Amino acid sequence: MTIGTATGGRISTVVCGWLEKIREINRKYATPRITMSRTVKFSLLMLRLYLVFLVILLGYKFWTMLQ
Amino acid sequence: MDFGSTFFYKYRRFVKALKIYLLLAGPGLIVMLADNDAGGITTYAVTGAKFGYGLIWFLLLLLPVAYVVQEMTVRLGAVTKRGHAEAIFDAFGSFWGWFSFLDLALVNWLTLITEFIGMTAALSIFHIPPVITVIVVSVIMMLMVLQGRYWTWEKIAILFAALNLIYIPAAFLVHPSVGEVLSVGLMPHFPGGFNGTLFFFLMANIGTTIAPWMIFFQQSAVVDKGMKEKDIPWGQLDTLIGSAFTVIVAIFVVVVTGTVLYGSEIESAAQAASIMMSTSPYLGTFIAIGLFDAGFLGAICISLASSWAFGEVFGWAHSLNLKIREAPWFYACYLFALVTAGIVVLIPNAPLVMITLFVQVIAVTLLPAALVFLILLLNNEEIMGKYRNTTLQNLAGCAIVIGIIILSTLYGITTLFPNLLT
Repeated sequence: MTIGTATGGRISTVVCGWLEKIREINRKYATPRITMSRTVKFSLLMLRLYLVFLVILLGYKFWTMLQ
Repeated sequence: MDFGSTFFYKYRRFVKALKIYLLLAGPGLIVMLADNDAGGITTYAVTGAKFGYGLIWFLLLLLPVAYVVQEMTVRLGAVTKRGHAEAIFDAFGSFWGWFSFLDLALVNWLTLITEFIGMTAALSIFHIPPVITVIVVSVIMMLMVLQGRYWTWEKIAILFAALNLIYIPAAFLVHPSVGEVLSVGLMPHFPGGFNGTLFFFLMANIGTTIAPWMIFFQQSAVVDKGMKEKDIPWGQLDTLIGSAFTVIVAIFVVVVTGTVLYGSEIESAAQAASIMMSTSPYLGTFIAIGLFDAGFLGAICISLASSWAFGEVFGWAHSLNLKIREAPWFYACYLFALVTAGIVVLIPNAPLVMITLFVQVIAVTLLPAALVFLILLLNNEEIMGKYRNTTLQNLAGCAIVIGIIILSTLYGITTLFPNLLT
């Protein structure tokens, strides 16, 4: 086995380990603990809309910079 | 009981309370004085040069703003024994958890770069090359955390925080007219009328008062310190005293530049220090040391906030009470953030101004989410029990959070589109 192959194998092991860790975190926190009351749902919806607005704004800025 | 006995009894009670406070003080004081980081000091310095003492009254309003938000992190940390990143994952699920965590990691790293910019600019006034500043600062910051005790780290950080008060003697050096400071500064008004420029400065001052890293830092610090529910009143007092110091330092920075540089167009605190150095070396030295300390204090808190968040999310050991072999990933994150941010500052022709502006924009994507999660968590009886927000706390908290979200969003948008307000 060459040094290159060994290094590549080690990197892929590390990446797989990280991906597994992320999947584990996603499984652990799959269900939100907080009760989804109307206030919580409304707040989260507002946050989503706010973020979409910011993304559109950043996209517009990027587009105008390209012009 | 005669007067002497009553006095002695009250004196003993006071000394006992002071001892307990000194034992429990830390997270609030450090986070609040670190709030006056390199970016904060620059904002106050430019505000003073632009508007003189005219906006001191506005800075006073920032005391309750800072206190109300940060006090909630004390309660949340003491009750849940979890940092803010972990609390968001647990309560709101992985989508909001990853969003907050990745955004925090990015915005903290960018802010860390701005702290290094401040520190290198401050020490370049003393002809110290940036590379030496970056190396020495990184080594000191690593040594601070590697000694293996949260308590020791905290007390060293408080010493650096105390150096932030250097702007108070600096203000006495410039001999301001106290009458004018009080009459102009404490009278609520908009110097030059309410216009786009003034509004931008109001937003900048609000924006620098509450930053996302502060929420994550204080909550994690409360947990790492091991504060319990019974310690909450002391944590609240610590935060209140810290908030007062933040505002006092901000006011004294404004007094210094408002006295010496009123009417000048300056762009940074480093530029202010350079100008003052040529007229009064002592004053210039004080301002430069203060700016360096502000950047240093900001850097130690921001890099720790990120490391704690990484540890919480990935389940690694994450405490300053652990040795390097017990929490290798925690310290690796800390070192990685420091070294990479330092290297960026040293890259020739790196877009540092662009990075400084970009921080404001990225911060507004995280700040509203972090604040809204804070309010929602503090209202959850299952999580907070009897420590949940009262109606009064909710009224104050919601009003302040909505105000901060609106102003910081407008600040971010004006950074993106500078001609919007002109």
